[in-house]
Amino acid sequence: MTQEAIIQVNQLEKKYKAKEKMFRKNTEYIKAVDNVSFHIEQGETFGLVGESGSGKSTIGKSILRLQSISNGEIIYNGKNVFQLDKKEMRHLRTKMQFVFQDPFSSLNPRLRIGDALAEPLLDHGLATKKNVKEKVMETMEVCGLPTYHINKFPHEFSGGQRQRIGIARAMIMDPEFIVADEPVSALDVSIQAQIINLFQELQEERNLSYLFISHDLSVVEHLCSRIGVLYLGTMMELASRDQLYENPLHPYTKALLSAVPIPDPTKRRERILLKGDLPNPASPPSGCKFHTRCPFAMDICRRVTPEFKEREPGHFVACHLVDKDETNT
Amino acid sequence: MTQQKPLLSVNHLKTYFQSDDGLVKAVDGINFDVYQGETVCIVGESGCGKSVTAMSIMGLLPDSSTIQGSINLDGEELTKLSKGNMRRIRGNKLSMIFQEPMTSLNPVMTIGEQITEVLLEHQVISKKQAIKKSLELIKLVGIGRGEQIIKSYPHQLSGGMLQRVMIAIALACDPKMLIADEPTTALDVTIQAQVLNLLQDLKEETNMSMLLITHDLGVVAEVADRVVVMYAGKVVEQGTVEEIFTDPKHPYTRGLLQAKPVLGSRKKRLYTIPGQVPKLVDLKPSCYFADRCEHCMEICTQQTPELKCNDNSEHKVACWLYEKEVVHQ
Ligand SMILES: Nc1ncnc2c1ncn2[C@@H]1O[C@H](COP(=O)(O)OP(=O)(O)O)[C@@H](O)[C@H]1O
Ligand SMILES: Nc1ncnc2c1ncn2[C@@H]1O[C@H](COP(=O)(O)OP(=O)(O)O)[C@@H](O)[C@H]1O
Ligand code: SF4
Ligand code: SF4
Ligand SMILES: [Mg+2]
Ligand SMILES: [Mg+2]
Repeated sequence: MTQEAIIQVNQLEKKYKAKEKMFRKNTEYIKAVDNVSFHIEQGETFGLVGESGSGKSTIGKSILRLQSISNGEIIYNGKNVFQLDKKEMRHLRTKMQFVFQDPFSSLNPRLRIGDALAEPLLDHGLATKKNVKEKVMETMEVCGLPTYHINKFPHEFSGGQRQRIGIARAMIMDPEFIVADEPVSALDVSIQAQIINLFQELQEERNLSYLFISHDLSVVEHLCSRIGVLYLGTMMELASRDQLYENPLHPYTKALLSAVPIPDPTKRRERILLKGDLPNPASPPSGCKFHTRCPFAMDICRRVTPEFKEREPGHFVACHLVDKDETNT
Repeated sequence: MTQQKPLLSVNHLKTYFQSDDGLVKAVDGINFDVYQGETVCIVGESGCGKSVTAMSIMGLLPDSSTIQGSINLDGEELTKLSKGNMRRIRGNKLSMIFQEPMTSLNPVMTIGEQITEVLLEHQVISKKQAIKKSLELIKLVGIGRGEQIIKSYPHQLSGGMLQRVMIAIALACDPKMLIADEPTTALDVTIQAQVLNLLQDLKEETNMSMLLITHDLGVVAEVADRVVVMYAGKVVEQGTVEEIFTDPKHPYTRGLLQAKPVLGSRKKRLYTIPGQVPKLVDLKPSCYFADRCEHCMEICTQQTPELKCNDNSEHKVACWLYEKEVVHQ
């Protein structure tokens, strides 16, 4: 889209085979991501928010080609990621990195942390046996891990330190782009703040671009320049931080924002309480997928899927109510 | 509120565990009261002793533990009760809901069977009456389609629905005191809002007391009347919700409030509390927060500060900064 886009996601669709046939109807697959498009600019942090099962992780994994996609394309610096040959893909693997919520699950429990960090470097020929230790220590320091930990095993680290290891493992490859999937969700507040600051510092030093996935709207407001709101695999609203937080347009975004507890007892608010639960993703509601919980649902919402339209520069929404208000004014 | 006798009074409670690393002082001499109709929140980071406090009150500690001090509920000393009598209290005056409803529900029994079982165990009613009451309870916690729900098994329901079922079971015998340990931590934010609302409404209707345990200061600000802040097995600060949020005294409480990103109040960088919580083994007399505290003085590393009021309010803090003699020395 713009020239500076590092990532361009076009009409991404991902279907999974449904694990169980919970309902007898046409449920062979779950459309985890349904026609999603957005771009990430060079040097920015793009946030993806939405409740569990909305497709956030699936989008993150698709962008890094950690799994196949059903439709659409992912463009990285002008190149279609799914059309790269092996050699090109191998190079790209170093430039795009993933940070998980639980770095422990992606660490080999029998590998000392120094070796775990050295492994991908040696693998990709980005360091020699001679200078690898130096690189490892340097990265550990940058990520706030004291270098005397270099010979320890993963289980010897606390949650916050493990996340630093996860980040160090991504950083050591000197990437351009990082998908961080709920990287602070499992951490306590005091540790979370340390890790959030680390993400910011690294970005400033290295001009990194992030896709930051989170269900925490306060953290996303703090970190992200633009944000996409997902519901059942569909992008409901996409806007700059100011647009989204100061002038949310989609009823789902409004409800999400109003549900966030604010640590200030003088601001106990009237909430927009949503009815019911998230629908079964294997048989999502017709028309607007949010209509079963939307306080403003109209007849048309049940029949017609609202179009994802730009309302003001950079602010996209898919909602009939917003369409209606616009034609009335 | 202070004239009346507290419903629950915890005094000098110490709960220790024998472990491979040594004696774990999980709860180390804590005091707090909960009055009739009041919501008290215990807040603190993971491992500070919140759940152990709850399990101590419930009499559900493992055999590897020892308990000292007093837990008085409605005139009865719980630490002195036999297992049988404690069981009786648990189904009547005292109830608890947990973070993971799945772990406390029986996977092979229907929801209806599980609610009626509790009712039949603690009340002299017929099976038919019990089923009728189950349906009432299901309705009370805001679940529609009660007839269908009581025939379902736990795995057929969503997390939010299961937590409502747990609340229904907890309320089955009209408890005077409800303990809720991170009841919404595993839920999405829109469902969390529903469940918190439900708990508030039920509390107001029944005038029961609630001890709500959480690590989320936002939740505390939304629901608490009074707040107990724990750190490393001790209460470091205690006061009304206004006192804690508008005039936090303990450096740890202040740090927590500053480290949390808050919707609508943007900062360039988050405040961080350095370091991490200590292991609760072999701690020397000192303020356990000393190695993370920017105000640490010599005395802080040598003597443990006591939880005290420093004016005529009930706002208590355990910190040498507020001991006038010390600071003026
Ligand atoms: N490997 C898989 N097989 C089948 N279904 C999956 C798989 N991974 C994810 N899903 C489903 O796809 C949807 C989106 O999942 P996910 O991307 O993990 O959401 P989020 O990260 O927003 O919680 C969910 O309904 C989930 O159950
Ligand atoms: N059964 C046990 N044996 C040994 N240590 C325990 C046991 N249960 C809890 N602990 C320890 O007690 C401390 C407090 O735990 P807990 O009350 O669960 O913390 P939280 O505040 O996160 O609920 C932790 O250090 C934990 O490791
Ligand atoms: S399209 Fe209709 S149901 Fe969907 S969010 Fe807008 S008003 Fe609500
Ligand atoms: S007692 Fe000392 S170390 Fe502890 S919180 Fe107060 S000032 Fe800080
Ligand atoms: Mg996910
Ligand atoms: Mg706990």
